[in-house]
Amino acid sequence: MAPARVSQTELDARKIVGVNAETVTNVSSTDIPGHYPGEDHEWDLEDFRNTFKVKFHKHQPFDCAFSLIGIDASIANAFRRILIAEIPTLAIEYVFVHNNTSIVQDEVLSHRLGLIPLTGNPAGLRWLQQYRKPTDEDPVGSGVQDVNTVVMKLKVECTKADNYDELNKKREDDPRLLYKHAHVYAKDLEFVVSGRQDTFFSGEANQIKPVHPDILLAKMRPGQCIDMEMHCIKGIGADHAKFSPVATASYRLLPTISITKPILGNEAKKFARCFPKGVIGLEEVSRSEAKQKGSGYEGHEGEKKAVVKNTFKDTVSRECLRHPEFEGKVKLGRVRDHFIFMVESTGQYQSDELFLESVSILKEKCASMKRGLAEYTR
Amino acid sequence: MMEQTQQQTSIETGPQRIRVLPGSNETAASFQFDQEDHTLGNALRFMIMKNPEVELCGYSIPHPSEAKMNLRIQTYEGTTVYDALEKGLDDLMDLCDVVTTTFTDTRDDFAASTGAE
Repeated sequence: MAPARVSQTELDARKIVGVNAETVTNVSSTDIPGHYPGEDHEWDLEDFRNTFKVKFHKHQPFDCAFSLIGIDASIANAFRRILIAEIPTLAIEYVFVHNNTSIVQDEVLSHRLGLIPLTGNPAGLRWLQQYRKPTDEDPVGSGVQDVNTVVMKLKVECTKADNYDELNKKREDDPRLLYKHAHVYAKDLEFVVSGRQDTFFSGEANQIKPVHPDILLAKMRPGQCIDMEMHCIKGIGADHAKFSPVATASYRLLPTISITKPILGNEAKKFARCFPKGVIGLEEVSRSEAKQKGSGYEGHEGEKKAVVKNTFKDTVSRECLRHPEFEGKVKLGRVRDHFIFMVESTGQYQSDELFLESVSILKEKCASMKRGLAEYTR
Repeated sequence: MMEQTQQQTSIETGPQRIRVLPGSNETAASFQFDQEDHTLGNALRFMIMKNPEVELCGYSIPHPSEAKMNLRIQTYEGTTVYDALEKGLDDLMDLCDVVTTTFTDTRDDFAASTGAE
């Protein structure tokens, strides 16, 4: 059978997921061999290279937004899942409490420490390897080495300020002025260099430190102290959320709005108000449109009509579908293969690097499985 | 030194993470992947379905508390499930390369265009 010729309009229409008042239609992708009789749809790398597009919307170190166009949901979702759960990052995992007389219990303080996002020389963070914990099968694990463990210290003691008596006389009640170290912040964490780590993490700019220095960890009063040693290891988000390199990594599909019958005058204004600002615009019906028979604009020259301006800003609230006057005049949808990614990093790596890392991890997964398969079938 | 350590991690294979479940033949088999989930399962399922020599491909996670993923492949005559799986993995790796290059190029263009303003 000769390959069927499919028009571009038909191909575009297939990409639209219908969004109705209470239902969603055409959810699954259909570009699979055998789905449409006589059509090809076989995987073609050259074709993918030509059709796959990336568009950047926002490019800040730790906040990035971009579109992946022409990719299947299964792949886009794999990238998103890897971003959240499978990119290794450094976080505090073991806390050795030498002394803690603050009112924050050891385990509560340790948990707080674990959640602090850390940063440091990116090359060094990449150089670090994942620490393998001892298990029943492997009682040794990888062992604590300079290449898999970063040591940090927290040693603070609360004392009265030098001018405490003077302040007290003045009825000063701010504990941060009355006492030294009344508040323990993330900036009080101290990096201890070990072994070969000095090649990467030496100096103020390169050392391991909290992303945000002003995270409050505990409050103390004179006589109380905290003395802890922490071991930071590389782990993945699947194990604990503190290892997740992203605050959020999500995508949405590009919305579509098609106005199928004219929406005019006050109705047009009301229609525009159903959407976020900038999605729907108002334009005057031109003379030529008013002359065209069957267009629905006859005799409406100069009146305002609703036009779709920018669907990117739409939230697909479906508000317009609640009003009977717009019934049958508008069709909402989403483009099935246009993924608008939003990647917000916690600060250890830059957002764009994280996405590239997720791609390479998916590739590495495949390579590892391919090796396993070759081994198995040998 | 850095290159050496990175190579070590990629060569480090660990235990066998893939096996064929009983009752398979050349054109129909279920593979079990250890320590894998929807991330690889769904992506690989899609890539294998893109192969016209494949009659059916589907994946499932039999139990949520077991880190196992089962992948079912049935092919038409003239090929084997092993070839189909290998092609799926190869295609997915090719796709990753294209995504990386396209993403990097676009990002650099965007950075250059916004930086010039």
